[in-house]
Amino acid sequence: METKKTSLYKLHQDCNAKFVEFAGYQMPIQYSDGIVEEHKFTRNHSGIFDVSHMGQLFIYGSENLIEDLEKIFPLNLKDLKLNHSKYSFLMNDEAGIYDDLIITKIEQGFLIILNAACKKNDFKILSKLLDNKYKMVLDEKRSLIAIQGPKSVEILNNIISGVENLSFMSGNWFLFYEQKIYITRSGYTGEDGFEISIFNDQVEKFTKKLIEKGAKLIGLGARDTLRLEAGLCLYGHELDKDKTPVEANLKWAISKERVIKGNFIGSDTINKQLNDGVNKIRVGIKPEGRVIAREKTKIFNQSDLHIGEVTSGTFGPSVNGPVAMGYVENKFSQNNTKVFLEVRGKKYPANICGLPFYKKNYVKGVNK
Amino acid sequence: MSEVKYSKEHEWIKLEGDVATIGITKHATEMLGDIVFTELPEKGSNVEKNGTAGVVESTKAASDVYTPVSGEVIDTNQVIVDDPSKINEDPEGSAWFFKLKMKDPSEMDTLMNKDDYDKFAKETSA
Repeated sequence: METKKTSLYKLHQDCNAKFVEFAGYQMPIQYSDGIVEEHKFTRNHSGIFDVSHMGQLFIYGSENLIEDLEKIFPLNLKDLKLNHSKYSFLMNDEAGIYDDLIITKIEQGFLIILNAACKKNDFKILSKLLDNKYKMVLDEKRSLIAIQGPKSVEILNNIISGVENLSFMSGNWFLFYEQKIYITRSGYTGEDGFEISIFNDQVEKFTKKLIEKGAKLIGLGARDTLRLEAGLCLYGHELDKDKTPVEANLKWAISKERVIKGNFIGSDTINKQLNDGVNKIRVGIKPEGRVIAREKTKIFNQSDLHIGEVTSGTFGPSVNGPVAMGYVENKFSQNNTKVFLEVRGKKYPANICGLPFYKKNYVKGVNK
Repeated sequence: MSEVKYSKEHEWIKLEGDVATIGITKHATEMLGDIVFTELPEKGSNVEKNGTAGVVESTKAASDVYTPVSGEVIDTNQVIVDDPSKINEDPEGSAWFFKLKMKDPSEMDTLMNKDDYDKFAKETSA
């Protein structure tokens, strides 16, 4: 199968992007500045991310649709206000995660942002669950870009007046050259920022305006180090069909009211895990030295017992040291538990730690 | 008099007397991206031609560093362990990796000169 290109492909090329194939798309992994500089630029200024490979699923309907979606998502959708968003999951009967997503209430129904690698399967699952009762559009005519970092609000507001008034996890329609664009205040870097859904034929013009105002294109490489420092999960790494939201330590995203009532896909498992606890759980892991523990690195306890595995690990440019997330047996998941990471046959000390590694206006200790 | 040669694994080797200083090429650093972790061989250890003699990691991935010639490790560059970004800044100068007392200086003959390496690097990255 031929790899797809986003509408910003030419602009990426013009900005000297290095490309990788990701979920069937040719995506920029970095530009000439490199991952570390791009990461820091996002934290200090404003980075633009092309996330057009992600799915933008519009589902149209009213009260019945809300009821039907509540049978699928562990959310209180009846009380979700117009233009407000929630983080959630599409799960199987055992609460294994098919995808993690952002669902937003729009006037005619819902907009759901899906992971690129999952979107086609999600569409099939949702079509079946909703019994083809509602119009569903996995919109290929729209691109999706994110602008993230402290200067983003000022830059974007310069182009689209009024975005500064959006509160976190809410959005609205705005106009760009007479065309409707949908902007939400959200993102996946641990920074203040926005995601902009815009027609393919306008996205390059729009992105160039953001660049003119001082923002820079940032590749998927820095997106990964930014989200990892922010303690955010990446599907296929922290999340998959064999892990539940409770195991992923994401129970904050599950509506308590809905759990009590049950009656959504996976609710029995979630209820049981919330009451009885889980065997394995997602944690933050901070290596003591500089060694980087990558995905699949084995985790041992102080008695040399294999207790878990790393799911993502890299060098965190803002933390200035290695950072990782992974799953360990629940009894070893307390903060400051000493563990060992097996890298190239040697065991290196590390500590279980709280997430995120990096929080705005709160500089963590520098690890040398 | 010193002579600089290059390996297919993108190391450079500078020979002065029987001491070889080894590092990675600028081309290698451009392919790796930002280097954030370095591991070097232990002083006093013996390394064999084409064997692994360290690791460099970028934000993206880990790569082995090979030694293009055999010998005893007589010195290592702690500067690049403490601050791996120095490798991106000056890979073929101050950011050398380790020094070897060469066992067999004729091993240098099997390596590429600068022109051949530049051609090789260009061809393999195209």
